[in-house]
Amino acid sequence: MIIGYQRDPGGTHPPLASPGYGSTVLRAPTQEPVLLPHTLTEVTGPVLGEGRVLPTDHDLTRQHDGEPLGERIIVHGRVLDSDGRAVPDTLVELWQANSAGRYAHVRDQHPAPLDPNFTGVGRCLTDSTGRYRFVTIKPGAYPWRNHENAWRATHLHFSLFGRAFVQRLVTQMYFPGDPLFHQDPIYLAVPEAARSRMISSFDLSETVPEWALAFRFDIFLRGREQTPMEHQ
Amino acid sequence: MNTVKLTPSQTVGPFFSHALTWLDGPDVVAEDAPGAIWLRGRVFDGAGEPVPDALIESWQADPDGRFDHPDDPRGAVPGFRGYGRSATDDDGRWGIRTLLPGRVPGVDGRLQAPHVDLSVFARGLLDRVVTRVYFADQPSNSDDAVLSALPADRRSTLIAPRSADGYTFDIRLQGERETVFFSL
Repeated sequence: MIIGYQRDPGGTHPPLASPGYGSTVLRAPTQEPVLLPHTLTEVTGPVLGEGRVLPTDHDLTRQHDGEPLGERIIVHGRVLDSDGRAVPDTLVELWQANSAGRYAHVRDQHPAPLDPNFTGVGRCLTDSTGRYRFVTIKPGAYPWRNHENAWRATHLHFSLFGRAFVQRLVTQMYFPGDPLFHQDPIYLAVPEAARSRMISSFDLSETVPEWALAFRFDIFLRGREQTPMEHQ
Repeated sequence: MNTVKLTPSQTVGPFFSHALTWLDGPDVVAEDAPGAIWLRGRVFDGAGEPVPDALIESWQADPDGRFDHPDDPRGAVPGFRGYGRSATDDDGRWGIRTLLPGRVPGVDGRLQAPHVDLSVFARGLLDRVVTRVYFADQPSNSDDAVLSALPADRRSTLIAPRSADGYTFDIRLQGERETVFFSL
């Protein structure tokens, strides 16, 4: 018996063709996607993690000899499915710009300093209740060439596997109250009612006194269908 | 019905390769695995230009059509990773070293033709796009339910011809021979 996954309800994801984000123009497919049934290939997926996550991988401030510059923050939350069930033991990948708004990536030419103590790459596994936790530095805003005087809203990139190919998700986490939202076409490409789901909340209860602010970001992946599909 | 609201997708952006590529990413199987093949291709945009900042991820069954996964109702067969990831280079080239997958049952229980699911992530893609690789020399392609449901003139975009060391699968995001992409 194969139990499929719920299809994404409309109004969740940004349309691929979102011309306000210039790079979509030559890259977004133009043909309607074909509905793929959820067979075993789609309801299974890579079970990654063991041997991939080192003890320091969740703490982006301790990956070098010295401490990175910037505002230290804790980013934590749970990975859940759309029925509210925890997604345990799943790989969470995070990457981001440094506090000056520069990625440690060879193609990033933004004239802001690199930080020799910050790579901006983290990974961890969720625990048995779907919880994850990173320690990092608040990234800086940075300009891009999408339109006149364009700046990306401050964000962290997240990559999630869930437990099935259909649950794979790459998204971005934003910070509450960012003044750059209104001019960021990547953020604005998401249907308005769904945008707030990408914004973390300030979390005083997890904030560590005299050490670091905490932000909470829960991530919801698709859940399973209730009715099993027939399978001989 | 969804009781909570799903997290929206966002683009992987241009600056992910230092985070999402692994030394062994392309190695679904080791170099000395018997029957190892290379599945290679290029990614092109709507102007026919190579896409140098895409990430390809693959997922597939082992040569017996089984998965190392607890949700395989026939029981997990440990040992086959089934997963590959490869960033494109400056010429839009990607590649994974793997084994030809076996046949996997479809929703009606009939066996599908051997296939590999691919995700494509890139700057300019606000959500991943998903496609399937089929292999040109497989007789079962002719009665595969997914392939057969496609218009004949688009079906060929999913069929990888043989190459010197495996199979070739180019991905065209737009244009005259736009690859068939699936919604999940």
